[in-house]
Amino acid sequence: MKFGVIVFPGSNCDHDAYHVISKHVGQPVDFIWHKETDLRGYDAGIVPGGFYYGDYLRCGALAKFSPVMTAVKEFAAEGKFVFGICNGFQILCEAGLLPGALIRNANLHFICKHVYLKIENNHTPYTNETQAGEVISIPIAHAEGNYVCDDETFQKLEENNQIVFRYCDESGEVTAEANPNGARSNIAGICNLDRNVIGMMPHPERACEGLLGSNDGRGIFRSLSNAIAAQVER
Amino acid sequence: MKAKVYVTLKPSVLDPQGKAIHHSVELLGFEQIQDIRQGKYFEIALASDLTEAQAKDAAEKIAKDVLANPVIEDYRVEIVQ
Repeated sequence: MKFGVIVFPGSNCDHDAYHVISKHVGQPVDFIWHKETDLRGYDAGIVPGGFYYGDYLRCGALAKFSPVMTAVKEFAAEGKFVFGICNGFQILCEAGLLPGALIRNANLHFICKHVYLKIENNHTPYTNETQAGEVISIPIAHAEGNYVCDDETFQKLEENNQIVFRYCDESGEVTAEANPNGARSNIAGICNLDRNVIGMMPHPERACEGLLGSNDGRGIFRSLSNAIAAQVER
Repeated sequence: MKAKVYVTLKPSVLDPQGKAIHHSVELLGFEQIQDIRQGKYFEIALASDLTEAQAKDAAEKIAKDVLANPVIEDYRVEIVQ
């Protein structure tokens, strides 16, 4: 089993992801520079948070033209795991690997705080160690996390259980007050139809050390590790 | 040959920045303003030996693939000599 953390100019959560995988998942992990064109030998690629290319034009808009993104698309098409976090989620949407887009937060603020997430679907490679309806505490840190999509896309996301995480309150109620950024239907994270590609605005890699206020992110990375192990066995 | 590209949020997409600008404009005392939407404007200098049709094709492709995200934005291309 081998993880890769993709590094773009402006990535700033790459080392956090690397730390979590090596320390808490206990698996081999490499940094992969964005000029790389070959992801053979890897089982999962993490597209970490940051401000790739300074978020010029739109968040993630220029990163999608990096050479590694062609490889990431092929990798995803082969059924390998692609995990986009924050800016990584924005890139995966821009690259067409996930539906919809992330726009400016409704209140225009950059928001950096812990939020509660409800696990809406625990039958994904990223949530198999969690319980359906479980509430986890994970920080967000973004100015463009307001998920938008058209009605048809939203209907498909619901019908196919592609909404994996929703912003909620401490008791798990999905309310307007618990929605930090105006995201449609409190969406914090979605997966593709095949479940191997996921994007989420909150940062689970920043919630893996008790010292940082929460360990709830570990379950997500361990879920992914379980999913890879199951895939390798097949 | 120059292409002018206008990128605007689709009408169905909320524009929080436009709303904030609208609010500031109202504070300045301007009345009768119903809405303000923010967009982006690009000028692309193209090789002078292109025909207008070729220039339009190139600029349309650039607008669609790079400058606009068709999920949330519309674009309009104008060619000027």
